[in-house]
Amino acid sequence: MPAASSPRRPDLFAGYNRLPGVADELFDAGGQMRPVWRRFVDRFAKLSPTEIATRFERGNNYLRDAGVYFRQYSTEPGAERDWPLSHIPVILHDSEWDEICAGLAQRADLLERVVADLYGPAELVRDGHLPASLIARSPQWLRPIVGVTPADGHYLHLLAFEIGRSPDGSWLVLGDRLEAPSGAGFALENRMATGRIFPERFPRAYIHRLAGFFHDFRAQMERLAQAEGRPGGQSAILTPGPSNDTYYEHTYIARYLGMLLLEGEDLLVENGALKVRTIEGPQPIGALWRRIDAAFADPLELNADSRIGTPGLLEAVRQGNLSMVNALGAGVLELRAMMAFLPRISEVLTGKKLALPNIATWWCGGETERDYVLSKAEKMLIGPALTPALPFDVTARTAMGGRFAGGAEGDLRDWIEANAAGLVGQEAVALSTTPAWVTEPGQTLAEGRMEPRPMTIRVFATRTPAGWRFMKGGYARIGHSGDATALAMQKGGSVADVWIVSDRQVPKYTMVPEGNAPFRRATPGVVPARAADNLFWLGRYVERTEDAIRLIRAYHLRLATTDNPADPLLRRLRAFLGGYGIDLGKPVPDALIERITMAQACAAKVRDRFSVDGWAALSDLHKTAAQTLRDVEPGDDAAKAMFVLVRKITGFSGLVQDNMYRFQGWRFLSLGRALERADALTALLHGLSDADAPDGALDLAVEVADCVITHRRRYAVETSRDTVVDLLALDADNPRSILFQIQAMREQAAALPGAMEHGRLAALSRAIVPIEAFLSVATPDRLTPRALLKLRGDLSQISNLVTSAYLR
Amino acid sequence: MLYDIGLTIEYDYAAASDRSRTLVRLLPADAPGVQRVLSQRLDIRPRPDERREGRDFFGNRTVMAVWHGPIPSLQFQLALRMERLAIPARADLSPTLRALPAALAAETGLGPLSPHHFRGPSPRVPDVPEIAGFARGLVTGDMTTQDAIRTLGHALHAEMRFDSAATSVETGPEQAFAQRSGVCQDFAHVMIAGLRALGIPAGYVSGFLRTTPPPGQPRLEGADAMHAWVRSWAGPGIGWVEFDPTNDQTAGQDYVAIAQGRDYLDVAPVRGALRSAGGQDSRHAVDMVPLGEDA
Repeated sequence: MPAASSPRRPDLFAGYNRLPGVADELFDAGGQMRPVWRRFVDRFAKLSPTEIATRFERGNNYLRDAGVYFRQYSTEPGAERDWPLSHIPVILHDSEWDEICAGLAQRADLLERVVADLYGPAELVRDGHLPASLIARSPQWLRPIVGVTPADGHYLHLLAFEIGRSPDGSWLVLGDRLEAPSGAGFALENRMATGRIFPERFPRAYIHRLAGFFHDFRAQMERLAQAEGRPGGQSAILTPGPSNDTYYEHTYIARYLGMLLLEGEDLLVENGALKVRTIEGPQPIGALWRRIDAAFADPLELNADSRIGTPGLLEAVRQGNLSMVNALGAGVLELRAMMAFLPRISEVLTGKKLALPNIATWWCGGETERDYVLSKAEKMLIGPALTPALPFDVTARTAMGGRFAGGAEGDLRDWIEANAAGLVGQEAVALSTTPAWVTEPGQTLAEGRMEPRPMTIRVFATRTPAGWRFMKGGYARIGHSGDATALAMQKGGSVADVWIVSDRQVPKYTMVPEGNAPFRRATPGVVPARAADNLFWLGRYVERTEDAIRLIRAYHLRLATTDNPADPLLRRLRAFLGGYGIDLGKPVPDALIERITMAQACAAKVRDRFSVDGWAALSDLHKTAAQTLRDVEPGDDAAKAMFVLVRKITGFSGLVQDNMYRFQGWRFLSLGRALERADALTALLHGLSDADAPDGALDLAVEVADCVITHRRRYAVETSRDTVVDLLALDADNPRSILFQIQAMREQAAALPGAMEHGRLAALSRAIVPIEAFLSVATPDRLTPRALLKLRGDLSQISNLVTSAYLR
Repeated sequence: MLYDIGLTIEYDYAAASDRSRTLVRLLPADAPGVQRVLSQRLDIRPRPDERREGRDFFGNRTVMAVWHGPIPSLQFQLALRMERLAIPARADLSPTLRALPAALAAETGLGPLSPHHFRGPSPRVPDVPEIAGFARGLVTGDMTTQDAIRTLGHALHAEMRFDSAATSVETGPEQAFAQRSGVCQDFAHVMIAGLRALGIPAGYVSGFLRTTPPPGQPRLEGADAMHAWVRSWAGPGIGWVEFDPTNDQTAGQDYVAIAQGRDYLDVAPVRGALRSAGGQDSRHAVDMVPLGEDA
C-alpha cells in the first residue's frame, strides 16, 4: 500500500501509488523507499520540472543523433520509430544482482547439459524426463545437428535471460534466450543516453560499468576463432540484414566490438572451412556470432527457402572448422514447454533445485498436466508450447483468465483437448513495478509525473574460461500501462537502463587497453566484397542523383524563361532525360526519388562502416526531395527546389570527401563516383553537342556541368563545340571533365589490392590507362559522337572489371 | 528380384553457376530383409572440386558435391544393381486407431526410427484441415491402423487423378488435394497429411519403380521418373509399412527405395545452391529393368 505518510518521501513521488498485490522496485512492502534508490532519488528530487525535461530531451537527442532507431516487424515495411527510452533507470543493489546471477549461472550450466544431451545420446528423452513427441515436433530441434559436436566442446557461449520479480519479492526466469539473443547493444545505447541525462559523477561513480562484460565476450569470441588444432580465422557477426528489427543493434555492436558485420552472401565454404569474400579474395572465419535463427543459416541442409543463409555452413561446423555462438540448434531450449521440464531435470542431473525458479509451466501434452491446466485456467496464460515467445507475448490464440485473448468464442476445454501437444499453461504472475516518467497525450515532458509501471529485465551472460560472466546491468522492458499483467508488456512499451549500484565507488572499465600497455595500431580490417560493392554503387547512385538534379534544374530554368514546353531545346532535354527513365511530366520526377532511395539502400547495407553524419545527410536529402515532390510547380518554383537539393547533395559529397577515412572501402565509393561522373559527362556531350543540337544546347551542357564561369574565363568567347568539348572532356584541371575523372579512377585502381600482377598492370588498370592516354592527347574534333559512344561502352566495361576483380 | 537401374539428371544454366554446392541423395542403402545394393556408381559432371559422402539423420546416404569455379551445366548419372526381396504376408497385428496413442506413448527415444518424428507437421506437409476432414470421414476408432492406412490410400487413389502437368515440385498437399490431381509426390504428401491427422506417424520414401510391368499387368504410373510413396508406423509389432497411393498398392517387389524422411524436402535427390543470374533447364530420365528382361 502507498505510504504517503512516510516523512522521507520526496514530493516528486507523492502521487506514486503502488499497485495492490504487486512488488515495487522503489518502495518495499512496508512503503519505505529501498535504500539502493536513495542516492538517485535525492538528486532527482532537486530538479525542477524544466530541468527534468531538458535532461530527458538531451537523452533523446543523443539517441536521435546517434541514429538509434527501432524497426517494427509488424507495421509497414521499413517503418522506423524513435527509440522508446524510459528515462528513469531501474536500480538494483549489486548484492541482489550477484544472487540473481549465481542462480542464472546454475541455470546456464543446466541448459548446456540439456542441449548437449538433446544433440547427443538423448538420455533425457530415453529416461522419460523430456517427452520424445515434444522434441520431435519442435522446429528448433535440428536433425542435421544431431551427432555434431561443437568445435570447442560447448554449445552455449552467450545467453540472455528474461527475468521478473513476483509479488513476494523473489525473482523468476520468464524465458531463456540463446538462439540469437538481442539487446546487449541496446543496453549499451541506453547507458549512453542515461549518461547524458544523469551526468553527475556522484551517482555514476557507484554504478557498475557494462564494458567489462563486452571485454569478456570479445575475448571469448577470439578464443573460439583461434581454437587450437584447426586453421582458425577472424571472428565476425552474422546478421540477417537491414530488414531485421534489430539490425541497428547489429551495426552498433559490430562497431563497438570491432568485429566484421557479415550477411550470409558474404560467406562461402571451401574445403569445409568458412570464408568471407573480400576484395582480396576469401579470408578464413573461425567463429561466428550469429544473429540469425539457426534454421535459416544454411539453405542446403536446413530451411531450403532461406535467402539469408550460407550453403555449406553446416559442413564447416561438422568439420570442426567453425564455432557458432550459440551452436546451431540451441534454440530448442527456448521453447515455452521446456520450462515445464527444466526444474525436474535439474534435480535429476545435478541433485539440486534451481536456485532461481522459472515461471511455473505445464505442458498440456501430458494428461495430468492438461487436467491441472484446465482446472486452473482462470489463473493461467494458455498458449502455444512450441514457441520461444515469452509468457507475456499474447496472441489471439492465447487464453488468459479463462478466455481467448483475441475475443474468439469457443470452449476452452475442447480447444485444449484438440491441441494439447501444442499448448502450455503458465502461471499468470503479476510483475513488479518500477517508476516511469509518464506524460499524457499533449503534455510536455515537464508536465509529466512519476508512475509505477510493470517491468522485466534481460540479463546477459558470456562463457569465459573462469565460468559464466554476467553483464552488470541490463535491458529493462517497461509496460505501457499500470496493468501489471500480461497486456502491458505487449508491443508499445518502452525500455530502460538498469543500474547495478554498489555501496562503494566502482573502478572504471572501458574497452580501451590499460594505460601502461604499449600503443598498438590496429591493422585495417578486410573489406568484404559486398560492402565494397555497396560503397561502389552508393558512389554511382549519389553521382547519378546529382546529375539528374542538375539536368532537371536546367530544364525548369529554361521553362521559366521561355514558358514554352514546345521550345526545341526543352524538347531535346526532355528526350535526353527520357533516355534515363526520367519523365518530366512531374516537376520532381519519381525517378529522382528512386535514385535517392537506391543510394540510401546501398548506404543502409554498409551502415557499420559509414559515418552518422553521412547517413543523416542522405536521409535529409530524401526527406527534402519527397516533400518537394508534393508541392512544387513547374518552372521557377521547381528550379528553386532543385537548387536546394543540389546544395544538400553536395553537402553529402563534401562529407565523404573531407571526413571519410581512406580505407579500401572508400576507394570503391570514389571509384563509383568518378566512373558515374565520367559517364554522365560523356552522355551529356553526346546528347547536346551534335551538329543538329538546337540553339543553346552547348550553353546548357556547360551549365549542367557547373562550368559557366570557367568557360567564360578560359575561352572568353561564345560556346562552340570545340570549347565545350575541350573543357568538359579534355581539361585535366577541371573536376567536371572526363579526363579528370579517368585520372581519378586510375589513381584509385592503382591503390587497390592486386593492382599489379607480376610486375604488370592488372586488368582494371589496363582498361583505364588507354582511355587516359587517348584523352590526354586528343583534340576536341577527335571526340566525335561515335567516339563518345565508344567511350561509354569502355566505361561500362570498366565497371564490369571492377565487379569481376573485387566484388564477386 | 534383381534390377538394373539407370538414372540421369541434367541441368543447364542460362548463366554459368558460380561456386555451386549440391547435396545429393541418390545412393540407396541396404535394408535387411527388404533390399540389397549389389553395385552402384554415381558420376557427377563436371567433376566436383570436393566430393564427400555421409549419412543424414534418417540414415540416408548423402553426397556433398562442391565446385569452386563457374559451371555451365551439371549432370548426375546413376547406375545401380539392386536385389529386392518379397515382403512375406503377415497377419494384421496392428493396434486399433483408438489404441494407437498409447502404443506411441510407450515409444521413448529420438533415434531415426522413432515414430515421433513423423507425427507433427513437417516443412512440406503442414496441417491441412480439408485433408484431415477427408481422412477422418473414412475411418472409425475400431479400425486397425493397417486397415486405416490401406483405406486412406485406396480412397485417395480413387479421389485424385494422376496428372504429370498439374503440379510442380513446389506444390503443397493443400493445393494438390484441392485440385484432386498431381504426381506421385503430391499423392504421397496428401496421404501423409491424412495419416498424421489420424494420429498415424507417416513419412515419405523416394525411389524407383520398375519401368515395364510383369507380363499381363498394366504399366504403373510414375515409372518414367523417380517415384515416391508413403511409409507409416502401424504399431510396435508390425513397425513401418510402405504403401503407394499413386498405384493403390503396397510397395512390394516392384519398388526400390533410395531415401526416406518426413517429406520430400528430407529426401530431395538433388538439393542445390546455385549462384546463377539466369534460370535453369533440367532433364530427368529413368529406367528400372529386371535382370534378364533387358530390352
